[in-house]
Amino acid sequence: MYEFVTGPLAWLSFAIFFIGLIVRIVLYIKGLDWKMDRVTYRENVSYGIKGALRSILFWLFPYGSHSWRNNPWFTLWVFLMHFGLLFTPIFLLGHNVLLKERWGISLWTLPEAVADGLTVIVIVSVLFLILRRIALPEVRLITTLYDYLLLAIAVAPFITGFLAYHRAPDYYTWLIAHILCGEIFLIAIPLTKLSHFILFFLSRAQLGMDYGIKRGGMKGKGLAW
Amino acid sequence: MPEGKLCNKKPVTTKEELQALLADKSGKQYYEEMNHIDIDRKALWGTIQKSFKSRLKTWLEICSHCGLCAESCFYYLANNRDPQQVPSYKIQKTLGQIIKRKGDVDNAFMQECMDTSYAKCTCCTRCGVYCPFGIDTGIMFSYLRGLLFSQGFVPWEMKIGSGMHRIYRAQMDVTVEDWVDTCEWMAEEYEDDWPGLTIPVDKENADIMYTVNAREPKHYPEDIAEAAILFHVAGENWTVPSEGWEETSLAMFGGDWEACKLQVESVYAAMDRLKPKRMVVTECGHAYRATVIEGPYWAGIKTGKTPVESLHYVEWVAEALRTGKLKIDPSKKIKEPVTYQDSCNYIRNAGLGDIAREIMSYIAEDFREMSPCREHNFCCGGGGGLNGIGRYREQRNIGLKVKRNQILATGAKLVIAPCHNCWDAIRDLEEIYKIGMRWSFLKPLLINMIEVPEHLKPKEE
Repeated sequence: MYEFVTGPLAWLSFAIFFIGLIVRIVLYIKGLDWKMDRVTYRENVSYGIKGALRSILFWLFPYGSHSWRNNPWFTLWVFLMHFGLLFTPIFLLGHNVLLKERWGISLWTLPEAVADGLTVIVIVSVLFLILRRIALPEVRLITTLYDYLLLAIAVAPFITGFLAYHRAPDYYTWLIAHILCGEIFLIAIPLTKLSHFILFFLSRAQLGMDYGIKRGGMKGKGLAW
Repeated sequence: MPEGKLCNKKPVTTKEELQALLADKSGKQYYEEMNHIDIDRKALWGTIQKSFKSRLKTWLEICSHCGLCAESCFYYLANNRDPQQVPSYKIQKTLGQIIKRKGDVDNAFMQECMDTSYAKCTCCTRCGVYCPFGIDTGIMFSYLRGLLFSQGFVPWEMKIGSGMHRIYRAQMDVTVEDWVDTCEWMAEEYEDDWPGLTIPVDKENADIMYTVNAREPKHYPEDIAEAAILFHVAGENWTVPSEGWEETSLAMFGGDWEACKLQVESVYAAMDRLKPKRMVVTECGHAYRATVIEGPYWAGIKTGKTPVESLHYVEWVAEALRTGKLKIDPSKKIKEPVTYQDSCNYIRNAGLGDIAREIMSYIAEDFREMSPCREHNFCCGGGGGLNGIGRYREQRNIGLKVKRNQILATGAKLVIAPCHNCWDAIRDLEEIYKIGMRWSFLKPLLINMIEVPEHLKPKEE
C-alpha cells in the first residue's frame, strides 16, 4: 500500500497538479479579450505590468490593502493558514527525507518543532474560518457545503499528518490516510476553487491592468488598494 | 414568441416607437407587458458563450464566499447590513444562476435579475477594490444588464434612453438645431455682462472642443453659458461641435452596447471633423467614463484612447488654476466648511482624485474630506442610472442614507459635486432627509470667485 500511494499515485497527483495549473494559466490568458474586457493589454504593456504588480503586491502581504486592514483578525488567520499550507509540506523534514530517498534531492528543512507548530496553526486557522462562516450572517448566507468541503480537503493532510507524526494508535493507517489526503489536496488545487492557488495572481493581475491601463493608472498615482 | 408592443427585445429606433413609449406614463403598460414576454434561451446562451470569458468566468468561479465585499457595498450598509445585499450573494443569485442553468431561466427570474442589477447595484465598482481576488461585481452587473437588455428586461426609462441615443445621438430629444440655438441664445443672453462672449460652433483646429450632457441644453442652459464665460475669461480658443456634442450614455447604464458605440462614434466623428487639440467634457462623471474611458473600446480603437486627448472638466479647471489662466480672488475663496463628492466614474474609475484636491486647494479655505474618500468613496446613491428610474425610487432613497451620513460627518454645509448624477442624488437627498446643506457644480462657484481682467468687464455707461 505504502509503495503504491507514494509511487504511482504520487506521480499521478503531481502530474494532475502541475499539468492542471499550466492548463489553468493557458486557458485564462487565452480567454482574455481586449475588446470584451475593455483593457488594452498589448498596447500599454508598461502601465499594465505596473498595475498588475501593484495589484498583486498590496494584497500578497498581510495588512497591505485597505480591505486586509479593515478586517485584522480575518487577515491574521487567513495569512497564517496560507503560510502553513504552503511552507509546511515543502520544508518538512519527513517529506525531504522521502525526496532524498527517491530522487536524491532535498531542500532546506524546518526544525521539527516549528513544523509541528505550523501544523497546529493551520488546524486552528481552519477552525477559526469555519466558526467565522457560521457566526457572521453576511458570510453564512453565501457559504455553501462546497466551501466547507474545500476547508476539509485543505486541513485533512495536516490533521492526519499530525496524528501520524505523533504516533497515534494505528500509525500505519494514519500515515496512508495522510498521504492520500495530501494527494487529494494536490489534485483538488487545479480542479476546484482551490485553483485560486494560481488564479489569485492572474485575476489580481488582470484587475490591476484594468486600473493601471484604463481606469486612471495613466493619470493618477495608481489605485490605493 | 410573445413580445410586448412596448416591452420587447427590439431596441427603439424610430421616433414613433419612442413616442409610444413616452406616452405610456411611468411605463405602466410597459411593465405589464414585461410580465408576459418570452425568453429566447438559445440567443441568451449563445451570447453568453461568446462573451463570458476568462475574467468573468474566473470571478464567478473562484469567489471563496469570504464576505469581505459586504462592507464595501453602500446598499449593504444602508439596508441595516442585510446579508442579501452582499455583492457576492447578489451576483451569484442572478448571473451565477443564469450561467449554472445555461440560460434556461424564466420570466420571473429575469425580472428578479433586472431588479437586482438596478436597484441593488449602481455598478460603482467599489466592491472590486475590497475583494482579495479582485472580483469586480460592478462590472459583472453591467454585463448582466447587457444580457437583460438583449432579452427586453430593462427599466422603462433606460429603454427610452437607449432609443434617444439611437435616434438623436443624445440621451434626450435635443436635435442639432435645438443645441445650436441654445448655444446662440446663451451667448446673446450673457454677452451684455461679458462683452465679447461667444460660443463658437464648429470652429476647426480649436485648442478645445467642449462637449456636454444633454440635460444642459434641455434643462440647464445656463451651465453652457457658465462654461463659455470661464473659457472666455481664461482666454481659451474653444469650440462646440454642432453634431457629436453629447457625452452621456444611458445606453451604458441600460446595457445597450450597440447604442453605446453609435453614441461615442458621433463624438469621435466631431473630433475628426474639427481637429481640435483636446476635448473637454462637462462636469459629468458617467459621460466622461462612457466617452473617454470605455468609449474607445466600444468603437474598437486599438489604443484604447479617444482620437484626441480628452479631459474631464475638473482637469481643465485644475490646469487653468495652475497655469494662472483663471485666478481666484483670495477674498472670495470659500470660507465655510466645504466637502467634495468624489464621483465613482471619474475618481475611482479614472484616477482623478488628486486633481479634485488640487482644485479645492485653490478655492476653499476649510476643505473637509468625506470618510472614506477618493477612490474609496461611496457612490452618491444615484449612480448607474438609478436616479432616473421611477420603479426603484424607494430603494434609491434608502441607499442615499450612506451619503447623507458621510456629508453630515464632515460638518460641511456645502457639497461640491462636479457630476450630474451625484449632483442630482445630493439634491434629492436634501429634499428627502433635509439636513440643511447646499450643493453645487464648480462652474457657478468659480464664476463668483475669479478675478476678471478689466478689458473683459462690461463698460460702465
